[in-house]
Amino acid sequence: MCGIAGIIHRDGSADIGNEMTRMLQSMKHRGPDSTGYALFGPPTDLIVIRFKLADSNDRRDFEFKERLERHRLEVESRLNKIGATIDRVESETQYAYRARVRYEGDIKSLTDYLEDIPGCEVLSLGHSLEIIKDLGDAAEVCEQYNLDGFEGTHGIGHVRMATESDVDISGAHPYWAYPFSDVAVVHNGQLTNYFRWKRRLEHSGHRFQSECDSEIIAVYLAEKMADGRSLEDAMNDSLDDLDGVFTYMAVTENSLGMAKDEMAAKPLVLYESDDLVAMASEEIAIRAILDREIDTRDPYEKQVLVWSR
Amino acid sequence: MVTVDDRERRTKYDARGLSEPHANVPKVSDIEEGRASFDATGLSTREINLELRWLLYEEGIGDVTVRNPAAKHSIAVGILRRCNLRIEGSLGYFGLGLIDGPEVVVTGRVGWSVCENMMSGVVVIEKNAGSLTGAAIRGGDLVITGSVGARTGVDQKGGTILIGGDAGAMTAFMMQRGHQIICGDAGPGLGDSMYDGTIYVAGKVKSLGIDCVEGEWNDADTEFIDRKFSIYGLEKPNSFQKFVCGKQLYNYDSLEPHERKLVI
Repeated sequence: MCGIAGIIHRDGSADIGNEMTRMLQSMKHRGPDSTGYALFGPPTDLIVIRFKLADSNDRRDFEFKERLERHRLEVESRLNKIGATIDRVESETQYAYRARVRYEGDIKSLTDYLEDIPGCEVLSLGHSLEIIKDLGDAAEVCEQYNLDGFEGTHGIGHVRMATESDVDISGAHPYWAYPFSDVAVVHNGQLTNYFRWKRRLEHSGHRFQSECDSEIIAVYLAEKMADGRSLEDAMNDSLDDLDGVFTYMAVTENSLGMAKDEMAAKPLVLYESDDLVAMASEEIAIRAILDREIDTRDPYEKQVLVWSR
Repeated sequence: MVTVDDRERRTKYDARGLSEPHANVPKVSDIEEGRASFDATGLSTREINLELRWLLYEEGIGDVTVRNPAAKHSIAVGILRRCNLRIEGSLGYFGLGLIDGPEVVVTGRVGWSVCENMMSGVVVIEKNAGSLTGAAIRGGDLVITGSVGARTGVDQKGGTILIGGDAGAMTAFMMQRGHQIICGDAGPGLGDSMYDGTIYVAGKVKSLGIDCVEGEWNDADTEFIDRKFSIYGLEKPNSFQKFVCGKQLYNYDSLEPHERKLVI
């Protein structure tokens, strides 16, 4: 039982960091293990890379700090080597970093080159996408990463009750759709044929950072979109290809989409208006940002809906 | 005097997992001529339910209005007396579960599992409802003016569920008795593995579930439908299709265990 939430402002931007925090915090009872955000700030021509060099529950052994520092310098030197100009590298925690770089080359080779450093995992990469995830509830993660005041247009979030893999940052949602810039996925449910898909996707050269079944969806959508399918088509394909019970949301640079399995086994409540679309596993999350009575509905089985800005 | 800030008001649990074991009845209602109303803004789920119970059982008030429940879960559960209840706003999951007797109007939307295991009474929901609406209800009328999610009336053992809009997948799954009236369309797997009972659908049915077949229409059906629509003043569609159990899955052993021994 996880909780998912998504929001898209169709008329300009808002403080989505604060809004997502309120939505996710109201669903804390659905998943207290970890909380994650995929937020879209104003797009720039720079690339934002969110990466971590250790997990938050890794043992703080001898020379932990020095090792992280060494690896961070290695990241910077590798970025320079591959032809990226570093604008800024900052960190809010000991182990998670945010780099802004100017880079025109291939994203896959950049990611692979960075992830070759021990402990390094690229959480997100894109012109406006930023994935922030850590252990604890939304209020804790928001405070840790200073998300209050994050201006943006749309985003998704997730509170996790771990069922299929470990409680750590790698197992936390949202998942970036490696190696596709500005695509992320959150998922509530269980996939039953994920080993088969994992093997198949690994054969075609994709990497998986976790044992979590949900990562399949992100990589699956990325592969379909690399083949030229639109987000909506790729999501429709996934309904036939993926087995199990699921409701998931996907975001790209300009759109937000949701898909539900053929049994409609997992909940989702949807609020739609001209300037705002908000959806969440429970209506209480939508009411956390809209302080008035609203008309909401449940999407039906096998339904895929995509909204664009 | 200690001021209570938000942090101290956070939900507390006791050793058995009961939330807010030391909550007090807030007693914030306006009571006038046997009618009471209160604003649920700022009250926790348990405080709202304590207030309701205090009004209904201790003060003996039979007409209560709850304003602004703000989609909280588990509101007005287990009310076992005849009374009028009006809920102005939306409810979250498991609202109005296990009730026996009340007549309820909800002006907003309700989440999953509303009226689960209702025994008797009338519940009218003026907007949409989530999945598992009226799961395992045994009696009474449940009227949803809007549309409902999946698995409406799963394991229904009596009563009537009347839906003004569409219904989702696996509606009336394992239904055992009672009636469902769906004015809009029904999703795939309608009446899957039903044992008994009757489903009326005015719109299109995406697909029938296993062992659900079209039934023969008779005068009792017409009388039943007319009666229900006249009570609730809903707009009646021109025609309905009737679905019942095909009884092909009936595979019961009609002998008691000790009789079986004798036969074998």
